[in-house]
Amino acid sequence: MSQLLEVNSLYVHHGQLCAIDDVSFTLPEGEILAIVGANGAGKSTLLRTIAGLHRQTSGSIVLGGDDIGKLTPNRRVRRGISLVPEGRRLFASMTLEENLLVGASHANEGPFNVKRIYELFDWMPARRKQSVWQLSGGEQQAVAIGRALVANPRILLLDELSLGLAPIVIERIYALIPEIVASGVSILIVEQDVAQGVAVADRVHCLLEGKTSLVGIPSELTAQQIDRAYFGADLTPTTTGAAAS
Amino acid sequence: MIWLNILIQGTLIGGFYALFACGLSLMFGVLKVINLAHGDMAVVAGYVAVFLTPHLHIPEIWSFLVVVPIFGLIGYIVQRTLIQKSIDRDPFTTLLVTFGLSVVIENLLLEVYSANGQTVNIGAIGYESWHPGSIFYISYVSLGVLGTAVLVLLILQMFLSRTNTGRLIRAVADDREAAQMSGANYRHIFGIAAAIAFATVALAGIAYGMMTQFAPTSGGVNLLFAFEAVVIGGIGSLWGTLIGGVALGIAQQFGAHFNVGYQILAGNVLFLIVLAIRPQGLFGRKTALS
Repeated sequence: MSQLLEVNSLYVHHGQLCAIDDVSFTLPEGEILAIVGANGAGKSTLLRTIAGLHRQTSGSIVLGGDDIGKLTPNRRVRRGISLVPEGRRLFASMTLEENLLVGASHANEGPFNVKRIYELFDWMPARRKQSVWQLSGGEQQAVAIGRALVANPRILLLDELSLGLAPIVIERIYALIPEIVASGVSILIVEQDVAQGVAVADRVHCLLEGKTSLVGIPSELTAQQIDRAYFGADLTPTTTGAAAS
Repeated sequence: MIWLNILIQGTLIGGFYALFACGLSLMFGVLKVINLAHGDMAVVAGYVAVFLTPHLHIPEIWSFLVVVPIFGLIGYIVQRTLIQKSIDRDPFTTLLVTFGLSVVIENLLLEVYSANGQTVNIGAIGYESWHPGSIFYISYVSLGVLGTAVLVLLILQMFLSRTNTGRLIRAVADDREAAQMSGANYRHIFGIAAAIAFATVALAGIAYGMMTQFAPTSGGVNLLFAFEAVVIGGIGSLWGTLIGGVALGIAQQFGAHFNVGYQILAGNVLFLIVLAIRPQGLFGRKTALS
């Protein structure tokens, strides 16, 4: 399968701090890659760097054969990278529909448009004239996903979808992911909630303090291996591993 | 009757303040830049209308047709070069740069055109007024300026809410990074916002020259009034700016009724009261996305 996205020995610094330390991975077309890791492991920094909101210190980001590492974030949108940012970051003064229209303003060719988003989230049409701050957290997250999808990305970057949402809402949002992939979008997902990320992904990439600590296919990894890569310590399941997490 | 007259005269001058202030409000709302040269740009527009457009054989009353588009272009260029460079450094730099621009403009105008007062000559209509009652004099020019202000705000409102570019301007104002993630080149959007701001302030500058005399240093005091109108009305609200301008105008007329020396004082007092009681302004929003 052809590689859609290749990240090669990426280093990103926040001032003196090395937030991403020699990370490499590939994302084949039509796959879901989950980046998991604890708070501060560098997951969000990695996504934001791929989206162009941070500059890498060194290393390359290659999309469909082109190095996009020097492009501005808005140029990368036109190449097919859309980010659903952590905390949703909707346009607070606008209605639901206006948020989607902004997302569609620089859209690529593809299956998604505002009408298609309304089919995907069938509660939206009735509330399209409402201000986004009147929506619940889960609904806002759906608008954020819709706003990114409507640009017809080749890769959707999802940053901490589950943050601050009720489990039932998280489940409903994750249920959409197979449908999004089926329409030809590859997904790079960042999650603090390991179980959630592992359940949906084709492959898992674990980060620990900016370094790759584990790479694998979910069905082939044991819970112990993941715990170890996540915390950087051995939490043996025979003792109080579950309680410690 | 005298109070009604105060309301009428205050509203008329308030229309001018709103026209003058809407560009300032837009620059602050979208670029987060307080343009301290805003008032001076208006004065420059007045000088261009008086001294340069006659060379094109355009009557001064129609000079805005040429001056406003030129200032829009200048706004875009100044934003993409000077102001963007200072935004990229830090917010404080923008204050220094626009303040410096203000000093340079005032002194250049003094050097070239001297400190003499100038007016935009529009003929006899400049002195005529409508006289509906014994003590009411409504100047045609002031009425025209108020009408222009309302029209400009209406067009701006429609542009921001109905067009794609207008939506992008609001998106960048709300969240610059998220707008970039929707494919918007925020520098270009900043340029468009600055172009609108410069175009409206050019219109305000010419209107000022039709209403009264201006000199190279007239920008400063008008910038103060515009700033007060924006804060009273609430930052980010166009109609708030109109209400703020009118409130300021009425307060000034009210003060002037007791003593001409109280005119500006009364406006400043209203400004301070609003800041103390309702810092977000009459129509400003406090709510934000959690």
